Amino acid sequence: MVAKKSIKFIAVLILCSITAFASDEKNNHKGNKIDSPTEIKEYIKHHLKDSHDFHLFTNNETGTHVSFSLPVIVWTNNGLKTFMSSAFHHDDNGEVIVDQGDTRLVKLHSKIYELDNGASTVSFDEHHHPTNAHKVLDFSITKSVFGMLLAGLLMLLGFGALARGYKKGKVIPTGFSRVLEPLVLYVRDEIARPNIGEKKYKKFMSFLLTVFFFIWILNLLGLTPLGFNVTGQIAVTVCLALFTMVIYMFSGSKDFWAHTLWMPGVPVILRPILALIELVGFIVIKPFSLLVRLFANMTAGHFVVMSLIALMITMKEAFGPVASTGMSLVLALFISVIEILVAFLQAFIFTMLSSLFIGMAVEEHDHH
Amino acid sequence: METLLNDFSVGLFVMQALILLILILLMRKFAWKPILGALDSREEGIQNALDSAEKAKMDMENLQADNLKMLQEARTEREEMLKEARDMKNKMIEDAKKEANETASKLITQAQATIESEKKAAIADLKSQVAILSVEIAEKVVRTELSNKDQQLKLVETMLGEKSLN
Amino acid sequence: MYNLIGAGLIVIGGGIGLGQIGGKAMEGIARQPEAAGKIQTAMIIIGALLEGLAFGALILGK
Repeated sequence: MVAKKSIKFIAVLILCSITAFASDEKNNHKGNKIDSPTEIKEYIKHHLKDSHDFHLFTNNETGTHVSFSLPVIVWTNNGLKTFMSSAFHHDDNGEVIVDQGDTRLVKLHSKIYELDNGASTVSFDEHHHPTNAHKVLDFSITKSVFGMLLAGLLMLLGFGALARGYKKGKVIPTGFSRVLEPLVLYVRDEIARPNIGEKKYKKFMSFLLTVFFFIWILNLLGLTPLGFNVTGQIAVTVCLALFTMVIYMFSGSKDFWAHTLWMPGVPVILRPILALIELVGFIVIKPFSLLVRLFANMTAGHFVVMSLIALMITMKEAFGPVASTGMSLVLALFISVIEILVAFLQAFIFTMLSSLFIGMAVEEHDHH
Repeated sequence: METLLNDFSVGLFVMQALILLILILLMRKFAWKPILGALDSREEGIQNALDSAEKAKMDMENLQADNLKMLQEARTEREEMLKEARDMKNKMIEDAKKEANETASKLITQAQATIESEKKAAIADLKSQVAILSVEIAEKVVRTELSNKDQQLKLVETMLGEKSLN
Repeated sequence: MYNLIGAGLIVIGGGIGLGQIGGKAMEGIARQPEAAGKIQTAMIIIGALLEGLAFGALILGK
């Protein structure tokens, strides 16, 4: 009941904000359609970045943006500032200055900058870096954070329902829960158990299950037209990989540390070198490969899908509108199907490798 | 690499860490623990059911084996009893035969003895008869041929010779 | 320019490696179809490690 009510509440909230901010935003920088390759490139780049408002679409003829704004929470030199992102009026070039009493903030390439004291406009050097403004700590509910919250909510609802079903005494779940149960079983029996070991896997199940479904749902959300690119944000993947690293470093068994720091069966002179290599491997290389894989796969996927959709514009002159649209449709459909597979595969690989590393750390060797 | 580092947003990182941590804790409390517990208990239940079915099957088999054994025993017992009865019958017949034989042979020996004694008696009787006869003959001979002594002796001799002991 | 050449080299290397993994896995599955599941999992893991290496190189070189 509570869950249903909260969904309705959120839906109403979203509708309100769309209608509230739909009409009053006037597009005052670019009035023309996006149709040149450089503009498309810019657009894709912009999409791959995080943004502070939830932009659905823009009507270029009337200059209306249909979007809803998200709260901005920044830590500036003068303390915490919160306001809605609509204050920036969709400006992304540092032109609109938001005055928050003693602090002036601008948004530049999806980042919020604080103007230095006394400055009233942003001045740039030759590399288009601002000279009189600096970045602030940005805890805003950005689009990515919103996506994470949405994914978390979906997980809580779905798996909460499954758990409640069991609590009510249903041995076999019904409805949508029936789909979720085999997935949980899959993570437990195919990922955690064989890699961590029968004895110790239980302790890590919460992390592995949460991370698996979190990544998967976010990957799938990225394929919807809502345009989330959460797992393509480097900060997100860094965080996920760090969680894994912290978990396996802190649950390492005595054997693991013995084998890492003082490898038995190797000449003593080599042991410190091996220890260094092993430590670098566990602290840097393994998490790095985890985070880069997820980030690069999702970014590349989004890039390819959007480029293929953009084919219908870039190829219009060469092939005519019908052929270019058809081609882009077929190719985009094909790549989207692959991306659905990749969405699962990346979640699987991340969880798999996490459990593999955890398994390496908790393994207890037979004494030779 | 530079663009990546530029894109790295510390705020987003912090938010993600917070959200993930809270999500893991919430999910553990509200979802994973009950789900995994239920799955475990269900699997345990299935295992138990399978085990007890196996046990029931074993019991059934044991029971059947017992029944078969009992049947076998009963059969052998019956067989034994029949054999005993047959033996007893045979023995009885044998005994009866033996007894009959004994009785018969006894009767025969008795009869033989009787016959023997009868025979002896008869012989004795015959002997006495013969003696009487010879005496009678002697009387007759004496009466008739008292004169001729030689003749008398001759006669006696021939007669005796003719009358051999039967 | 050199970046692009480097990226191309990385992709060539990664492609050859992935091809090897996939090909050998197929051979393995053809030889022992009953071990297909295990071979597939191992293939995906090794493929992922290779992919991580290639992406790492791409991103570091960019």
